[in-house]
Amino acid sequence: MGNLTLPVIATEPGQDRTMILNMGPQHPSTHGVLRLVLEIDGETVIRVLPDIGYLHTGIEKTCEAKFYQQVVPMTDRIDYLCPMSNNLCYVLAAEKLLGLEIPPKAQWVRVMLNELTRINSHLVWLGTHALDMGAMSVFLYCFREREDILRLFEMVSGQRMMTSYFRIGGLALEPPIGFFERVKKFADRFPTNVDEYENLLTNNPIWKGRTKGVARLTAEDAIALGATGPTLRASGVDFDLRRDMPYTGYENFKFKVPVSQDGDVYARYMCRVQELRESISIVGQALAGMPEGPVKADAPKVVLPDREQMKTQMEALIYHFKIVSEGFTVPAGEVYQSIESPRGEMAYYVVSDGTAKPYRVHMRTPSYFNLQVLPSMIVGRLLADVVAAIGSIDIVLGEIDR
Amino acid sequence: MALAPAITDIELLKDHPALAALLAWNRAAVEAAKFDRDEMTVWVSAGSIREACSMLRDHKDFPCNFLEDITCVDWYPSEPRFEVVYHLLSMAKKDRVRLKVKLTSGQLTVPSITSVWPSANFPEREVFDLFGIRFEDHPYLRRIMMPEDWEGHPLRKDFPVEGYR
Repeated sequence: MGNLTLPVIATEPGQDRTMILNMGPQHPSTHGVLRLVLEIDGETVIRVLPDIGYLHTGIEKTCEAKFYQQVVPMTDRIDYLCPMSNNLCYVLAAEKLLGLEIPPKAQWVRVMLNELTRINSHLVWLGTHALDMGAMSVFLYCFREREDILRLFEMVSGQRMMTSYFRIGGLALEPPIGFFERVKKFADRFPTNVDEYENLLTNNPIWKGRTKGVARLTAEDAIALGATGPTLRASGVDFDLRRDMPYTGYENFKFKVPVSQDGDVYARYMCRVQELRESISIVGQALAGMPEGPVKADAPKVVLPDREQMKTQMEALIYHFKIVSEGFTVPAGEVYQSIESPRGEMAYYVVSDGTAKPYRVHMRTPSYFNLQVLPSMIVGRLLADVVAAIGSIDIVLGEIDR
Repeated sequence: MALAPAITDIELLKDHPALAALLAWNRAAVEAAKFDRDEMTVWVSAGSIREACSMLRDHKDFPCNFLEDITCVDWYPSEPRFEVVYHLLSMAKKDRVRLKVKLTSGQLTVPSITSVWPSANFPEREVFDLFGIRFEDHPYLRRIMMPEDWEGHPLRKDFPVEGYR
């Protein structure tokens, strides 16, 4: 069983052997505005208390005041490194509430873009994590490829980061002409780029010295403390929602789920780097087998009509006006939709009361739970390892605080 | 794909492994059940949530080894006003069950399940912070999102979206 951090800050006399050290919220290696209150004895961490909430914007409350389709842009802004995963999870939840069937092409484009998002997020993680530990050049390499992915996102959705490209019922638009060719070019080149990153790190003695055996997490602790994603799989638990509880057509793709038994920072690094390779293989499969057909569901009361139809058909114009001005009603009920985001299990719990606005939207975000693992990783370790541990669980404070 | 109507009759649902486990454990603690959109929901009495979770975690046929999430829904102004929602996942069975606890506005306490899953720590603090529900025996029940001196609980339905001005 993982032990709870008992956040008792020792201030009584006689306990002045130890020192309280405040780390963050403005600290470059906390990847956002995480504040850690550390109690240290010399260089050894004795206790740690994560303090969060600095980015709390009340997104869940705001969602309750929006129409269903207006919530999509809110979801981008929780996690700015994987907007597509957030979009996907929310629209899947809304589609499940509505009972909508999504055409295969839309599903395959969603899978492809989600894997590109995973690569994008892992690249930022790898670059900044290596930078934290003093390996500067990896950062430059990673951001070079990340830029390519952001350009792809810009091409398909008009936005580099806040894409909002998935809509309830399918995609916002047909992908532009030439988009798949550009993705193909990227997918063909990317495995050699991963080799480059690995050349710099995988067998690098300094990197191994900083990461091997550092911030260990056992499988029992990982499950008891709610870790998901690569953090869980690096501790030897073979569970991936894409394979085990497939959604949006992942059952049509063949991929391996990287698992490691070591549970240290190096194991988490290896899991994510192998995921980069698996993701690009899924992108390749999606491109090769991309079905033809529409990218929007046949549900005129929910999905906005094409511009051309709207200008020529009375009925389409009426639906367009009604969807934009008063939204669409969703049958009462509740769903819990989970997906495997780059960081782990992301889920949206959406409750409908039968009106056009969601009654409650709750996000189960992977970073929030992965952060709880941190104390059990670093208590008893050196202060310098705290930075390695924070980097290795890949948290984004935007989705922790919401 | 038309939506199938929700099934709410416990007799029809009693073969579902999670509900069967709960019924065999304590029939009196199970208040209601619902199967809707391929998701199983079971309402249990507020006092028995910790034992229910602990029983499901160690159950041999349907081991819910993983706590996914804890949250809350405010049904203001109807009573019972709050529903605390627990999502449990069984990694072995690749299935999940949703447990719910109803709370009236006079009795806003529910046993904490941090002793069953330590991962309940943050989400229970969040529900306390944003809804004002107290979790008995929680080791550190303090605000987590809002400032310490904040008044009110923002996710309650009677709290205005734009805040008090």
